[in-house]
Amino acid sequence: MNKIVEMEFFSENVAKIVLEAPDIANSRKAGHFVIIRLNEKGERIPLTIADGDSEKGTITLVVQKVGVTSAKLLAMKAGEEILDVVGPLGHPTHIENYGTVLCAGGGVGVAPMLPIIKALKEAGNKVISVLAGRTKELIILEDEVKKHSDEVIIMTDDGSYGKKGLVTAGMEEVIQREKVNKAVVIGPAIMMKFGSLTTKKYNIPTEVSLNTIMVDGTGMCGACRVSVGGRTKFVCVDGPEFDAFQVDWNEMMMRMGAYKTQEHEAYEKYLKTVETVA
Amino acid sequence: MENIIAEYIKEGRSDAWRAELRKSMKAKERTSLERVQMPEQDPLVRNKNIIEVNLGVTEQMAVAEAHRCLDCPQPTCTVGCPVGINIPKFIKKIETKDFLGAAAVIKETNALPAVCGRVCPQEKQCELSCFYTDKLHATPIAIGHLERFAADYERNSGKMNIPEVAKSNGIKVAVVGSGPSGLAAAGDLAKFGYDVTVFEALHEIGGVLKYGIPEFRLPNDIVDVEIENMRKMGIKFRTNFIVGKTASFEDLRAQGFQAFFVGSGAGLPRFMNIPGENYNGIFSSNEYLTRVNLMKAAHEEYDTPVLIGKNVAVIGGGNTAMDSVRTSKRLGAKRSMIIYRSSLEEMPARVEEVHHAMAEEIEFMNLHNPVEYFADENGRVNKMRVQKMKLGEPDASGRRRPIPIEGSEFDIEVDTVVVAVGVSPNPIVPSSLKNLKMTDWGTIVVNKETMQSSISDIFAGGDIVRGGATVILAMGDGRKAAVGIHKYIQEKIKAS
Ligand SMILES: Cc1cc2nc3c(=O)[nH]c(=O)nc-3n(C[C@H](O)[C@H](O)[C@H](O)COP(=O)(O)OP(=O)(O)OC[C@H]3O[C@@H](n4cnc5c(N)ncnc54)[C@H](O)[C@@H]3O)c2cc1C
Ligand SMILES: Cc1cc2nc3c(=O)[nH]c(=O)nc-3n(C[C@H](O)[C@H](O)[C@H](O)COP(=O)(O)OP(=O)(O)OC[C@H]3O[C@@H](n4cnc5c(N)ncnc54)[C@H](O)[C@@H]3O)c2cc1C
Ligand code: SF4
Ligand code: SF4
Ligand code: FES
Repeated sequence: MNKIVEMEFFSENVAKIVLEAPDIANSRKAGHFVIIRLNEKGERIPLTIADGDSEKGTITLVVQKVGVTSAKLLAMKAGEEILDVVGPLGHPTHIENYGTVLCAGGGVGVAPMLPIIKALKEAGNKVISVLAGRTKELIILEDEVKKHSDEVIIMTDDGSYGKKGLVTAGMEEVIQREKVNKAVVIGPAIMMKFGSLTTKKYNIPTEVSLNTIMVDGTGMCGACRVSVGGRTKFVCVDGPEFDAFQVDWNEMMMRMGAYKTQEHEAYEKYLKTVETVA
Repeated sequence: MENIIAEYIKEGRSDAWRAELRKSMKAKERTSLERVQMPEQDPLVRNKNIIEVNLGVTEQMAVAEAHRCLDCPQPTCTVGCPVGINIPKFIKKIETKDFLGAAAVIKETNALPAVCGRVCPQEKQCELSCFYTDKLHATPIAIGHLERFAADYERNSGKMNIPEVAKSNGIKVAVVGSGPSGLAAAGDLAKFGYDVTVFEALHEIGGVLKYGIPEFRLPNDIVDVEIENMRKMGIKFRTNFIVGKTASFEDLRAQGFQAFFVGSGAGLPRFMNIPGENYNGIFSSNEYLTRVNLMKAAHEEYDTPVLIGKNVAVIGGGNTAMDSVRTSKRLGAKRSMIIYRSSLEEMPARVEEVHHAMAEEIEFMNLHNPVEYFADENGRVNKMRVQKMKLGEPDASGRRRPIPIEGSEFDIEVDTVVVAVGVSPNPIVPSSLKNLKMTDWGTIVVNKETMQSSISDIFAGGDIVRGGATVILAMGDGRKAAVGIHKYIQEKIKAS
């Protein structure tokens, strides 16, 4: 049982959740994730550890509502408990002083990016962050990112905040202007695909953090598998970060859609039950 | 070790009650009795439910079967049992209707008889070396059925005995993994008086017994009762705790753990690396069974989804393949097929499961091997290409290996595929310990007597050492390791 200590909404569909998890708070590093199960009947879902406080014994998650489990989680309140939280899982991010690093985060992908930005900055890099979202509401963690970046560029699809345009436009702007030694791109699969096509044009080594469907998170099931460099990799134990140029993006996106019909039906059903309760 | 077991088996054979029982019926009469048939659910009913297939023998049936056993002077059956259960003694207790006594005998060496009675490959172990099979070329004593009977009788009697534990010595020992090897080690360590904590990565205790083997073969309740008893013995369980991740061995040493038993299993699924294997609808058996067994995906009110197929192909011939294919039938598949590259005789699964599967209308395509998968526009598998195989000449080991027949490929319509071609050792523990000596196959190297690894306070057993074995072998390892750990700690205390 892990108690929710704090819950803060960034927008209607994105919230920051601070959770009691003393062992994980102690051992986690940038790039790690946890798997949670809300209750006895719940599904196991992976979430990146956005921050942690080993003294208070807490970890921070940033969650976007996309389906049943995330919606149920965001409907919980501080003081309530989550049945299972296991981690930290995956390899931590490899951090070194590259020089100038371009960190591009899309939507809720900014959450897993934050600890990486922090660590890169601490390692002496010049960090330029590009935050992107469809609209103003979907730009999250702006202040936190600003605190640890040398420069922040904000892009929205509709121009409701920052500059109008896709994340790739913001990335191009930086790359045209100065020498970038390394890029990290985290967000929806489609955004990571096009983000890394951009950096590939300029031969900038690029890391992405894959968010495939998972069950156990310990290498036991293979649900999270995806081809990287022509070989099948398990994202939970071999990743979640990989060399962007090696990832088979079409396969990755195809696999993420495996349960689309079921997820959609489950979500519709969930919305109905919520309505009846209300 | 062998000598100790032989002594243990001999002990009690000359007791008056055993001698008298032997005389009460002529050997000829005993051997002329028919082996008891295990009552089972009708195949075409059971392939639509998840209730246990085998219903268990009645008291009369058990007693009748016990009469067949000759209480041999050299009971070869016991040699076939990896933990050396005193088989004739427990069977003779059943003959005298002392069912609780029979259970007590089994429990002297096997902590989970209700499990082993159900899942041991008896036809390759105890029953293979029974005098009936060995010398009479007749059907062996139904040792597994009787073991299950005694264990179930005890559990249902409400008089389940909780093993006695020595006075607590306050010394902390950690068990990593809650599969059969970990549970067996924990049980014995608790008996010796240690303060035992079992750490488990998943949210349920039991390892493969819970996430792998389905309800229709091993009901979860049975495993849960045993775990409850272990709690009563003072054993602590911590779920959602991955040793090597949540905390390191070093962290746990700092918390006062004096020794470790690693029973982390062989949980890394293998694939065949053929084209199209990552299409949707193609699962590892671990994923398929975990979704259904651990996450209860087929239940409406549970959130985890699983893809339910109409035409399901399961690749492989072991227990895992049988469990997967029979699960798919129960989820409602029209056609459930086993595709195995070798002949029926070469299948490693328990014979009983193969028979059960056939009765449940599972199709067997032996001597076939998949070579490629195809998918629809959404990436869902819709076809597989298989190649016919034939058996080659026997090799040095006498095995006839399957060889592909060129040009024999043809396509089968499928919408779900389960790949059950084996597992590799779970790498989490080894990769968190730099100095741990490993084999090229990724298993942990141990001393076969003590189960001690190359790091003196770490012992290991079960699939992480054997690379994939059986429940009973894993349990045997756990028990050996408990003795090894006990000696190690006592010597350390003496030395200090
Ligand atoms: C390593 C990793 C880190 C992640 N970090 C975050 C994070 O910090 N914040 C965040 O909001 N989201 C994160 N995700 C994604 C998050 O796990 C999914 O959004 C969540 O599982 C959706 O569940 P649902 O029931 O709400 O939606 P569903 O309706 O079940 O699914 C919506 C979509 O989410 C994906 N998804 C579904 N089930 C799973 C599953 N079991 N595992 C992974 N993805 C799934 C699918 O692509 C699906 O189309 C991460 C995923 C991974 C693999
Ligand atoms: C589907 C299936 C059917 C089978 N049928 C039979 C059968 O009929 N008869 C038979 O005899 N055998 C059968 N087997 C084989 C048998 O189940 C295994 O040999 C046996 O379970 C091995 O036991 P174990 O204790 O070594 O490991 P497991 O049962 O695999 O348990 C290992 C446990 O350790 C946990 N773990 C791993 N790493 C860590 C870590 N770092 N920290 C904490 N926990 C960790 C895992 O989550 C798991 O729960 C079957 C196997 C499968 C998969
Ligand atoms: S534990 Fe297994 S091998 Fe041993 S007697 Fe029982 S069924 Fe036979
Ligand atoms: S070998 Fe067979 S007949 Fe002899 S004691 Fe063992 S079970 Fe009984
Ligand atoms: S989530 Fe099961 S292997 Fe990665």
